[in-house]
Amino acid sequence: MSNENVQIVRTTTWSAGPGCHGGCGVLAYIKDGELIKLEGDPDHPWNQGRLCARALAMTQYIRHPNRLTRPLKRVGKRGEGKWKEISWDEAFDLIEKKMKTIRKEYGPESVIFSMGTGRDIGPWICMLAYAFGSPNVMFSLSGSACYGPRISACNTFQGNYCVFDAGQWFPDRYENPKFKVPECMIVWGYNIAATCPDNLFGHWIIDLMKRGTKIISVDPRLTWFSSRAKHWLQLRPGTDAALAMGMLNVLINEDLYDHEFLEKWTNAPHLMREDTGKLLRESHLREEGSENKFVVWDDTGRRLAIWDGSQVSYNLPDVNPALSGRREVTLADGNTVSCHTVWDAFREEVNNYPLDKVEEITWVPAKDIQKAARFYAKSKPASIQWGVSIDMTPAVTPLCHAISSLWALTGNLDVPGGNVITRFAYDAVAYALPGADGVIRLRNKEQDACRVGVKEYGPYRTFHWRAQTDLTLEQIFTGKPYPIKGMWIQTAGILNGIGLDPKRWREALKKLDFIAAVDLFMTPTTQYADVVLPAATFLEKDGVRSWWVPLQSINKALKVEECRPDVEINFELAKRFDPDFKYETIHDLFDDIIKPSGMTYKELQEKVWSIPPEEHPTVPYFRHEKGQLRPDGKPGFKTPTGKFELYSTYREDWGLDPLPHHEEPPLTPVSRPDLAEKYPLILSTGRRSPAYFHSEHRMIPWLRQLDPDPVVEIHPETASEHGIGNGEWVWVENWMGKCRLKAKVSPIVPRWMVMAAHGWWFPEKSGKEPSLYGVWESNINQLLPMGHQGKDGQGAPLKHSLCKIYKVGAKEES
Amino acid sequence: MAKKPEYGLLIDYEYCTGCFACQVACCQENGWPAGMGGIQVLEIVQNLPNDKAYLTFMPFPTELCILCRPRTKKGLEPACVKHCMANTMKYGRLEDLAKEMGKKPKMVLWSPR
Ligand code: SF4
Ligand code: SF4
Ligand code: SF4
Repeated sequence: MSNENVQIVRTTTWSAGPGCHGGCGVLAYIKDGELIKLEGDPDHPWNQGRLCARALAMTQYIRHPNRLTRPLKRVGKRGEGKWKEISWDEAFDLIEKKMKTIRKEYGPESVIFSMGTGRDIGPWICMLAYAFGSPNVMFSLSGSACYGPRISACNTFQGNYCVFDAGQWFPDRYENPKFKVPECMIVWGYNIAATCPDNLFGHWIIDLMKRGTKIISVDPRLTWFSSRAKHWLQLRPGTDAALAMGMLNVLINEDLYDHEFLEKWTNAPHLMREDTGKLLRESHLREEGSENKFVVWDDTGRRLAIWDGSQVSYNLPDVNPALSGRREVTLADGNTVSCHTVWDAFREEVNNYPLDKVEEITWVPAKDIQKAARFYAKSKPASIQWGVSIDMTPAVTPLCHAISSLWALTGNLDVPGGNVITRFAYDAVAYALPGADGVIRLRNKEQDACRVGVKEYGPYRTFHWRAQTDLTLEQIFTGKPYPIKGMWIQTAGILNGIGLDPKRWREALKKLDFIAAVDLFMTPTTQYADVVLPAATFLEKDGVRSWWVPLQSINKALKVEECRPDVEINFELAKRFDPDFKYETIHDLFDDIIKPSGMTYKELQEKVWSIPPEEHPTVPYFRHEKGQLRPDGKPGFKTPTGKFELYSTYREDWGLDPLPHHEEPPLTPVSRPDLAEKYPLILSTGRRSPAYFHSEHRMIPWLRQLDPDPVVEIHPETASEHGIGNGEWVWVENWMGKCRLKAKVSPIVPRWMVMAAHGWWFPEKSGKEPSLYGVWESNINQLLPMGHQGKDGQGAPLKHSLCKIYKVGAKEES
Repeated sequence: MAKKPEYGLLIDYEYCTGCFACQVACCQENGWPAGMGGIQVLEIVQNLPNDKAYLTFMPFPTELCILCRPRTKKGLEPACVKHCMANTMKYGRLEDLAKEMGKKPKMVLWSPR
């Protein structure tokens, strides 16, 4: 390339484009306003010059002939594929008029603001919804089963989320003297090749392995990690919690846990009443006592002592709380009750999972579980990387509880090389994520009261600030407790990617008075909108990425036709909907978001990224000891008890089982032997592709060549039993429907399971119904139901349903 | 007689994750359309005794690999080497790479056409 007139713009990847959760530093080579090349920035501590296939294909993305470049207005029926180009002014006027009409007639909550996975959309869709007055921002997956449940669960038990430590809080990364390489990492339901999930760079794990980290892989598939693992636990999908309980069993009964952490930092000594099975509270002891103070037995003073979670202290000096033991306690009403400790109850629950029983549930040999648990427990430090599969089961919260108890009880929480508490760099929080209140928020709490799911589900009431997806879908049909009339869909593939039971979603969309969609390409979903707005890629916008670390700016490198950044689109409409909208310009908004960093947005743009100094409270380690986790600056965790909660006070308040445990998911051979008779194979979905981000990128030639067809992985023996050869088209079918996928015959899946790729549609096919880009041919979500969210509204069974398979064209088995 | 190869790629395939970054990096750098390119990533699933198997990925330089001459002339790394997500590849003189190859198992040394 000749360097003449080539300008290099340093910026940060985020959606749209690679589609990811972002973070790579890149150099965009621009000539005459066009992107001629994108490279990884070698001086960026995140990716250190590397870059994924999706980002390296950006030149084909930016100038793709099918990109939406002008606003479109639907002129035919929904799904008929007839559109007319309109100007941005017309589009904004139309949207303003339609949405204000709905707001006036039915109230602002009647419009749902629907987004896909958490990319550079979240803050801006919240900004728009809140300016409009609706609390109903919906992450469109059943049970919000991606990341949100894990974050929310971590908030429940330990007050903050945590991630594996790869030295990402230090500019010099692995070289930093404070950092330690973990001896062991459990990679739990996560596959490397494709993805950078959860605001981490997936290949950091490879960096760690090269520095000595040994892997325990928990996965039903022979993944890259499973192949290279010291221990591979090949579990039946949906039994992760039983496995984690089994590991806790080894940890506790072989005395491999960290006694000091248990005694000092967990609520293990808190007393529980045997009559109610609940925590003993100060209010039970005396009339004037508090509901939010807890009781321990002080072994030294031979007396009861009161633990005040808000002060993180006892009411008496020198308390030496008993971890175990039964006591008789006299209540305020004069009655006596027997009490035991949380630790007693926790161990009793764990003892419900002897390894032979765990083997029966999980299909993992007991001796393998024992070896892996010992290895994890004896490695110092050790960490756990969990993938989205964790969220994709209804009992996600008890599962997270079991796994987080593993890192807590081995003393690996917020230690170098362990699982470190992760906070937004500098505490610059853009918007309401689970557990966080950002700069962008609803005008007042009252507006939040009618959010879908708040009444039903504790986490949604407490820190999961989204409309519950399954209930929202139902409400579109029932109109109760209030009608839903409009939807704003921002880069969410409800019919082609994120929505389960997409035909039901189609019926739901048909019922709505007005739908506006923002996207980069026409999709099956946008075909159902009334107006479609063309969005910009990350290279076409200024932005802020504030998610864990570093704090980053996205710097605009070029403009494409009339495409506009999501933030600009939403900013314009927010001003129209809210006469008191706070900001004049988008840079004012960015300045406000990053204010805690002490930088202006302009200053950040020059740096592109910034990592807080080592003593900053958003930087690890040992922050529970240093008093850097709680708003009051006291040592401890940001939970109601100030402790890591082995027994969850929140869950008790929500009427849910406060201890970790396993619940058999709803659609497995164990829970539904009747269905399994007809549909004998476990249907798992959603394995990642290195070429695609979910339903995106099927139209990008360099990426499509890597993974050209919708694939179902079948074990060679299973395939031969069904007369299926490698590369042949097969029907995958269950009671909900069927779809056509191409057999990849390989021992990477077990005999009893098939793995179906998700997010498939064919941009090359006709966009009109009934084809709708072929989405009804191969979208595996047609076999997955809505409405199986967990008891706390979170999680959904995406990894474990049932199906049968047969060759396309073969005589169909009955 | 063909010119003797001087430079090549040393690949630590133990760590190749099959992310395909190298393949697309080559397309971008050298302007190949989909279906062509200087490197192709192969998936190899090897059955092992006791009902086990092993998954390997292998980046294989094709007929079209020119070892990024225009880049290496300027002292830059080849595009695939630079972007490899797992840092598995090294470009250099074959004799130097051959020496390095002995340092750990699971390496392959390519001298493209
Ligand atoms: S997916 Fe990962 S490697 Fe690719 S741009 Fe995003 S953060 Fe970077
Ligand atoms: S060395 Fe250059 S030409 Fe050869 S495969 Fe790598 S990127 Fe392509
Ligand atoms: S970029 Fe590296 S890790 Fe990825 S497929 Fe190519 S050689 Fe393998």
